[in-house]
Amino acid sequence: MANIQSNFLGIKSPNPFWLASAPPTDKKINVMRAFEAGWGGVVWKTLGSQVKNVSSRYSAMDIGGQKIVGLNNIELISDRPLELNLREIREVLKEFPDRAMIVSLMADNDRKSWHEMVKKVEDTGAHGIELNFGCPHGMTERGMGAAVGQDPEIARMVVEWVMEVATIPVITKLTPNVHSVVPAGRAVVEAGTNALSLINTIQSVTGVDLDTLVPNPNVGGQSVFGGYCGPAVKPIALKMLTTIAQDPLTAKVPVSGIGGVSTWKDAAEFLLLGASNVQVCTAVMKYGFRIIDDLTSGLSNWMDEKGFEKLEDFIGKSVPKMTHWEDLDLNFHVTAKINPDACIHCGLCYIACEDASHQAIAKKDGFPYNDYTVKEEECVGCNLCKLVCPVADCITMEEHRVAPEYLNWPEFQKRGLPLNDH
Amino acid sequence: MSIQNNRLSDSEYRLNFEDIHPPFETREGALVEANRCLFCYDAPCTKSCPTSIDVPTFIKQIATDNLKGSAKTIFDSNILGAGCSRVCPVEKLCEGACVYNLLEEKPISIARLQRYATEPAIQEKWPLYPRKASTGKKVAVVGAGPAGLSAAHVLARNGVEVTVYEKEAKGGGLMTYGVAAYKVTPEFCQDEVDYILSVGGIDVKYNQELGKNVHLSDLQQQYDAVFLGIGVGIARGLDIPGENLEGVVDAISYIYDIRTKSFQEVPVGDKVVVIGLGMTAIDAATQSKRLGAKEVTIVYRRTENEKPCTDEEVDIARLDGCQFVWLAAPKEVIGQNGKVTHLVCSKMKLGEADASGRRAPVDTGETFTLETDMVIKAAGQIPFENLISTNGLVHKNGKVTIASDGSTNLKGIFAGGDCVNGGKEVVDAVQAGKVGAGSILKYLEL
Ligand SMILES: Cc1cc2nc3c(=O)[nH]c(=O)nc-3n(C[C@H](O)[C@H](O)[C@H](O)COP(=O)(O)OP(=O)(O)OC[C@H]3O[C@@H](n4cnc5c(N)ncnc54)[C@H](O)[C@@H]3O)c2cc1C
Ligand SMILES: Cc1cc2nc3c(=O)[nH]c(=O)nc-3n(C[C@H](O)[C@H](O)[C@H](O)COP(=O)(O)O)c2cc1C
Ligand code: SF4
Repeated sequence: MANIQSNFLGIKSPNPFWLASAPPTDKKINVMRAFEAGWGGVVWKTLGSQVKNVSSRYSAMDIGGQKIVGLNNIELISDRPLELNLREIREVLKEFPDRAMIVSLMADNDRKSWHEMVKKVEDTGAHGIELNFGCPHGMTERGMGAAVGQDPEIARMVVEWVMEVATIPVITKLTPNVHSVVPAGRAVVEAGTNALSLINTIQSVTGVDLDTLVPNPNVGGQSVFGGYCGPAVKPIALKMLTTIAQDPLTAKVPVSGIGGVSTWKDAAEFLLLGASNVQVCTAVMKYGFRIIDDLTSGLSNWMDEKGFEKLEDFIGKSVPKMTHWEDLDLNFHVTAKINPDACIHCGLCYIACEDASHQAIAKKDGFPYNDYTVKEEECVGCNLCKLVCPVADCITMEEHRVAPEYLNWPEFQKRGLPLNDH
Repeated sequence: MSIQNNRLSDSEYRLNFEDIHPPFETREGALVEANRCLFCYDAPCTKSCPTSIDVPTFIKQIATDNLKGSAKTIFDSNILGAGCSRVCPVEKLCEGACVYNLLEEKPISIARLQRYATEPAIQEKWPLYPRKASTGKKVAVVGAGPAGLSAAHVLARNGVEVTVYEKEAKGGGLMTYGVAAYKVTPEFCQDEVDYILSVGGIDVKYNQELGKNVHLSDLQQQYDAVFLGIGVGIARGLDIPGENLEGVVDAISYIYDIRTKSFQEVPVGDKVVVIGLGMTAIDAATQSKRLGAKEVTIVYRRTENEKPCTDEEVDIARLDGCQFVWLAAPKEVIGQNGKVTHLVCSKMKLGEADASGRRAPVDTGETFTLETDMVIKAAGQIPFENLISTNGLVHKNGKVTIASDGSTNLKGIFAGGDCVNGGKEVVDAVQAGKVGAGSILKYLEL
């Protein structure tokens, strides 16, 4: 059986699944339950100065009956007294010494406040600190959260303050509400952060109530931009993670991957694109801590199938496969093939290709079932038909190279080869 | 053994005649099902609906909370979409063609979703069809059954002044007087008729019978066109000795009683034999059982493989405890003191395929006898041949002959539904009414 033990900056946990800093980690009762359920670690809900939360805090995006494809929140950092949080952290550490205990921090924007906060957290015996430079709402107005993370120079300065006193590993959590996460990432790595984590939530409006015309969530007839997370943000998180893994400077530090991790498959993808472990929030807010069983067993079974003995065997393995567009091979060509035995004649491939791609699927009318076949010479190999097909493996993309040799765009231009004729 | 009414308690009757396909109780239930729909293109379900309802669209509209749009999508193709959602043999129509069947998965519950969208329209009387301004054209429709109502609605909403002549006191045709009581209630039928008429421009004259107090020649003179949707008549006779004994009844008249009286009032035998295996035979058998008959036996001259009804209908009869005797044709009804006591049947075997493509029953010469106190004849219905031929309409065995646009041999006279096809389903009649009305609009240059 594969070994899924994780070692993040020397912080060990029985598995690479941590709970992200959020409501599931905001007090002892939850965290104890999470550890009893088997979670590898937690990032305690962000501690900082006193805040007050509003009522009605979350809203969601549902699609086709799927609830919470994306979750939006306008909550702030922990609204419980600092001392209470610190005491509970100590208590949990005593009960579960084998789990990772990271404490998220967001101090007021001065050196002294950060120094004090770091010391207080270290006093609890916590294994690491996460700096919350990401919260996109509420805290930014006070010059904290994303206001720090969006400006590489401010971020650099704060990390420098922290590193002056920190004796335990420091993870800096990046905000996605920027054009690129790399500048802030580079700045904080230069300032000495031991690791990065990403992403925090993405600014969003999930929708508008069509009766009241008030955007969600409704706080007494008004709303504000919130932070978006959950399955919908995974592709964006993966892209940002990959850019961190590709940059020679940021690639030097380990990364904790966050954003839409709901299944072991998501986790495997984050690790393949360079994360050393993952953090989960929305999936637990939707289903509870019990999902840990499938996260761990699914990951371990997949590793067995692929022959990976430990996490390090595949962390970052897919990063080199991400390249620049102009390095792609223009002689690589695939065309769709419909397996008539598997086809259920729903016609979805046909209408998608007909209306939105290359009119490359032929329809032979029948009663009540039409037959569909691909016109290979028209097919550009876009994958759309395969994506819309409800039957797994009914449509396959078959390789028909244009020519045997590798041919990229610069070379293509140099040779003056003809462009598309349709 | 005897034929008696009032065999059960009120609650037993209520339970026995409860809605056989209950609706979705909640919006969530409907949404789960609606979201399962794949939204097929050129969808097999739509193609398999005789009225071509755009099923994927109406289901998507349910999923997006556009219930009015959904009801309108359904009614645009089938103004009896609510009734059809309760009575259509969907296992051989839309649901039978659902692509999920090919994945060995449960097909989408299309009928149940259709009911979900149309029922509020009828209950809350959604005004989905603003009527066009009157064109001054007048059309007579004979028969307020599904065919006639469907035709009347298309005509009226296009500005035609429609007068419907109906021989019964209520509209709906066999929907009101024929379909099994556990599929539709009289109140539902009335509401559906009222909803159809609410478009305006339709004047229904009840208790008016063509051939008695209404004459085709007069209608031809008074109206710009006529649509005939008179259906077919009572069950075919058996032409065997003993057919006139007390206790031998015609299924159509018998079911008419079930649909028009209280269940308590309708008498039923102890040991009922039903002859035939169409929808009518199944309904006669199951409803006899539900009225309290001790034993019900369905006698059919071919085997289960050649049956005209669907598996689903046979299952209903089986679950009700009805027995089947295959390869048996009635030969003679025997009685005592003028009342039925036995039915003698010929044993049949299957021979060559006949015109319908099914293997035909052949008499083996052997017979057997069933004990019975009530024989229900349900081997097809007889068209109104006399009425049709005396009015000079070309027909085949009493079924009116029409062109594909619904026109008959007489100028300005159109026909459709059971009176043309000899007896199919409600949904076929609705389609025929739609086609006929469309042709009338063209004929009137509207
Ligand atoms: C017992 C039974 C059960 C059935 N169950 C189902 C079912 O579950 N599902 C299904 O889809 N189909 C079912 N059918 C078939 C369905 O009811 C018919 O196909 C459908 O009603 C035909 O519609 P129509 O308008 O052509 O004829 P009808 O419904 O017969 O309507 C004809 C109308 O014309 C009137 N009329 C007749 N003669 C005259 C006249 N001379 N003057 C004026 N008015 C006249 C009649 O009173 C009636 O109102 C069943 C039929 C029977 C007999
Ligand atoms: C209600 C809520 C509160 C959150 N609070 C914090 C917080 O205090 N500190 C923080 O760093 N991130 C916070 N987050 C962000 C999460 O830690 C995480 O980065 C984000 O939800 C993406 O992960 P997910 O897609 O698994 O939910 C919060 C998220 C939610 C939904
Ligand atoms: S791959 Fe794209 S172009 Fe080819 S058949 Fe499928 S949808 Fe059409």
